[in-house]
Amino acid sequence: MECQECHERPASLHFTQVVNGHKTEVYVCEKCAYDKGYMSQEQDSLSLHNLLSGLFNFDSFQLSDSKSPSASHREPQSLKCGHCGLTYDEFKRVGKFGCANCYKTFDERLNPIFRRVHSGNTIHNGKVPKRKGGQLHVQREMDQKRSELQALIHQEEFEEAAKVRDQIRTLERQLDSEQREGDQ
Amino acid sequence: MSLEQFMNEAISPWLKEEGPDSDIVMSSRIRLARNFDHIPFPILAGQEELEQVVEFFKEEYEDHSFGPYKDFEFIHMSKLNPTEKRVLVEKHLISPHLSDHAKNGATLISQNEQVSVMVNEEDHIRVQLYFPGFQLEKALEQASDFDDWLEEKINFAFDEKRGYLTSCPTNVGTGLRASVMMHLPALTMTQQMSRLIPAINQLGLVVRGIYGEGSEAIGNIFQISNQITLGKSEKDIVDDLKSVVEQLIEQERNARQQIVQQNGIQLEDKIFRSYGVLANSRIIESKEAAKCLSDVRLGIDLGYINSLSKTILNELMILTQPGFLQQYAQQNLSPDERDVRRAALIRERLNLEI
Repeated sequence: MECQECHERPASLHFTQVVNGHKTEVYVCEKCAYDKGYMSQEQDSLSLHNLLSGLFNFDSFQLSDSKSPSASHREPQSLKCGHCGLTYDEFKRVGKFGCANCYKTFDERLNPIFRRVHSGNTIHNGKVPKRKGGQLHVQREMDQKRSELQALIHQEEFEEAAKVRDQIRTLERQLDSEQREGDQ
Repeated sequence: MSLEQFMNEAISPWLKEEGPDSDIVMSSRIRLARNFDHIPFPILAGQEELEQVVEFFKEEYEDHSFGPYKDFEFIHMSKLNPTEKRVLVEKHLISPHLSDHAKNGATLISQNEQVSVMVNEEDHIRVQLYFPGFQLEKALEQASDFDDWLEEKINFAFDEKRGYLTSCPTNVGTGLRASVMMHLPALTMTQQMSRLIPAINQLGLVVRGIYGEGSEAIGNIFQISNQITLGKSEKDIVDDLKSVVEQLIEQERNARQQIVQQNGIQLEDKIFRSYGVLANSRIIESKEAAKCLSDVRLGIDLGYINSLSKTILNELMILTQPGFLQQYAQQNLSPDERDVRRAALIRERLNLEI
């Protein structure tokens, strides 16, 4: 596709403008994007870093209108990680955690951030370390088998379902005995 | 040193192999981000704590082997001069950040250069594993095994809810970044990439031109990787990337066929002109070199050129970077001098084939 402004270079940027609810789409090359003011030069210096800390600033962003009553509703001053000393304000500015414990300290405020960065996801659904994971592995497998069981019952595949049910029982026993060992 | 000898040492052994679909996918990479659980992340850790991490890696892994990845070499960044560091960056074995900004940074590299571990980059541990061609699943499997091997001795920062904890919120969860490097000349020529990139972005994947400033793709080489690391399993992340890459491969093949059928002679002309430039120029900038190399590689893939080996693009894209040119010349070079050396090196490399 060629640039809609100069009709010379290929369009490498796509802008959607919404003015008074009226939506227009433009396809332009980088040069025209700057020349025609779709984009300002300063945006170049926006690193991923700035963008990220921008993402985290959403709560201060909402409070930026000083006339709104919520402006007086300041966040508690000293949310600070007890392990590395990083404050929540610093975290928002830098966009990086200081240590593993920060995740616990800032836990309540992290869901909106993770949702933005990870397309709505907030909970880990992947690998679990072998040693540290311990029972979590068995738990995960059981959860998986349970949904499998539901699906099989739904499809009226009872023979298969019975097999899966037995597998879940085995896992339950395994988890039980591991827990008892852990207690001893 | 002769060029042949230099190249043998300079090009990572795995890069000389041809992988599946290597006419389009140059390489597949898996990166895992991990941290020690009781040490602050590098951004806030003290000098002593980082030293502890470095010492641990040196003690436990130097000269060790894991499966096919033998004799890990341990290199502390402070032991390297700027050119040596630059060469490691150009080989994609370490990041520019580790080379220039890390406090107490180090790396562990397997002899075949397929595995590299960056120590004290943004996270304490960044494992990278490369495969030639399109082999994401195999790379993930091996990276996961390697990760298990590290976990035998390291307590990773891990949380049941959030997964592997990383310094940057963009890596939390799996800590996994899967990427492929693709040569897409026909999709670029037919200007389909500008349409495809936004569509790919919508699927939670990132497309970047490599070897270029910003989004420009020098040599028509694009890197495609996952953006989301949290909430999806490693397998799902890789499967999603894989399915998009498969579609891109098909579209690129179709676009190539279409150009051959509709503008065969023009394409052949373009390819051989580029070959002529590479074979004869005395001064060549990296951008022009990359463009011509891309054309020549396409010529090899389409059967117009039979006298050159397919890995020439992969090799020369790396060898003509500033760091390598300076290492080969064994001296610092100004940009003008580099353009002359680059032209000479390319001519010499093409001559090796004839």
